[in-house]
Amino acid sequence: MTTSAVGRTIDAVWRIESARLIAGLARVVRDVGLAEDLAQEALVAALEQWPESGVPENPGAWLMATARHRAIDRLRRAEVHDRKVGELGRELEIRGAAASRDLEAEVDDPFDDDLLRLIFTTCHPVLSTDARVALTLRLLGGLTTKEIARAYLIPEATVAQRIVRAKRTLSAARVPFDVPARDELADRLASVLEVIYLIFNEGYAASAGDAWMRPELIEEAQRLGRILAELLPGEPEVHGLVALMELHASRSRARTGPGGEAVLLLDQDRSRWDWTLVGRGLLALERAYETGRAPGPYTIQAAISACHARARQPDDTDWESIVALYDALVQLMPSPVVELNRAVAVGMAFGPEDALELVEALRDEPALRDYHLLPAVRGDLLAKLGRSEEARAEFERAASLTQNDRERAVLLGRSAATLAARDGIVPD
Amino acid sequence: MKVMVIVKATEQSEAGEMPSEKLLSEMLAFNEELVKSGVMLAGDGLHPSSKGVRVAFSGSDRKVINGPFAETKELIAGYWVWQVKSMDEAIEWVKRIPNPMPGTESVIEVRPIFETEDFGEELTPELREKEQRLRAQVESSQ
Repeated sequence: MTTSAVGRTIDAVWRIESARLIAGLARVVRDVGLAEDLAQEALVAALEQWPESGVPENPGAWLMATARHRAIDRLRRAEVHDRKVGELGRELEIRGAAASRDLEAEVDDPFDDDLLRLIFTTCHPVLSTDARVALTLRLLGGLTTKEIARAYLIPEATVAQRIVRAKRTLSAARVPFDVPARDELADRLASVLEVIYLIFNEGYAASAGDAWMRPELIEEAQRLGRILAELLPGEPEVHGLVALMELHASRSRARTGPGGEAVLLLDQDRSRWDWTLVGRGLLALERAYETGRAPGPYTIQAAISACHARARQPDDTDWESIVALYDALVQLMPSPVVELNRAVAVGMAFGPEDALELVEALRDEPALRDYHLLPAVRGDLLAKLGRSEEARAEFERAASLTQNDRERAVLLGRSAATLAARDGIVPD
Repeated sequence: MKVMVIVKATEQSEAGEMPSEKLLSEMLAFNEELVKSGVMLAGDGLHPSSKGVRVAFSGSDRKVINGPFAETKELIAGYWVWQVKSMDEAIEWVKRIPNPMPGTESVIEVRPIFETEDFGEELTPELREKEQRLRAQVESSQ
């Protein structure tokens, strides 16, 4: 094998093994920063040795064994050092005990719990959101600093600094490498799900740059979600989030037209949806409900998305169910934006008049004052009621409020063709 | 990226020989690993070609041909669809597949699945035209 071929193999092995490697080491050394350093050292050793010796038969175990030796070395050195200093004695007794355990056996252990501990640590609320995202992509996704920087269109140094600071913060706050206690679990899990959903959304509705979507972030978030779903199969919201992501991602191909313009959900060519992902999304949603626990916001949003996925054509959409789901969502997540979405569904299920009444009630909502979808929805309803002049004014107002050039073009187009009323504006 | 991982047939698989219990349990464990790693999207084993058919296309003619088919090594015995970061990651996973055809030489093929961005410039005007036609239809029907 050539050196570059070995290099590519090592990258691939790292992608597959790094999270579990770091998680397993972090359990022993009780510090994710140190664990990653050790894993990196093992990686460097692989880069030095494998081109000569060839890729070992079980590359993951090789990396683990190498990193483990280094971990034990470090722990022993630290132990000696700390005895001299006479500090942290008690803590190091524990560390010492860890080092003398039969680590050989642990290589074959299922690392599932460690992986879970690692996820809860990288998504710890003591870290800022940006830090959580960067650390999660790095330690769980196995992405390099460069890859993260490229995905977020920010300088590499910024990412590197975020990661260094995040590790320091975790050490300073003495965040234990552990799964949260039962009474903390709900909050801590919410933080994990938030990080995954943020990564997904950054990929799905890119907030920076020319590209509308960044598939690498979408796929990374899907992968993290799927991993988490296997680690916490009893948590409905994990499956709910997975379902939501799979269903949204299934529409990636259909949500932009040939000129790069946005295509609204009801206008999408459903034959271009990724039906494998639709199937996976519906399955994940089923798993969420099968837990028998009350559905949370992610599950309900996924259920709404599933109503669209089940409709072979827009006319088949079960709008009444969607309205009922929005009713539930408003209870869990009261927000004028959710109310607005609910109004759209009401319009589809029960007609534009009912919907318009709901929208009128939202017009004084301060949070929606500059929100372009409020006039867009209102314009749509007015157009359906034949009030073209008012509709036109609303589309123009919506066009003046949106930040997105492509969306503005769509809205101005609607203003120009107010009478060619389209089906509702449904957030996809 | 998504890849299709294709397990090529062998004389044994074409003869309908079922995998041993040992292989089945190894395969189960491997699939579990794929699921836990977030890689697995789909996967199935296929009946031998004797249970399959082919439909031959020639101009407007369609001719149904019943299996089994010759050229065993080109036939497919099973497949996976995976989501991976690169072909290298796919290769690394393929190497870890328990040998699906023990006792005989066999091949597993990996092929990247087309993504939206793979459709080159050439296709765009056609798609655009189709889209415009569709839009015209939608608008005239209202």
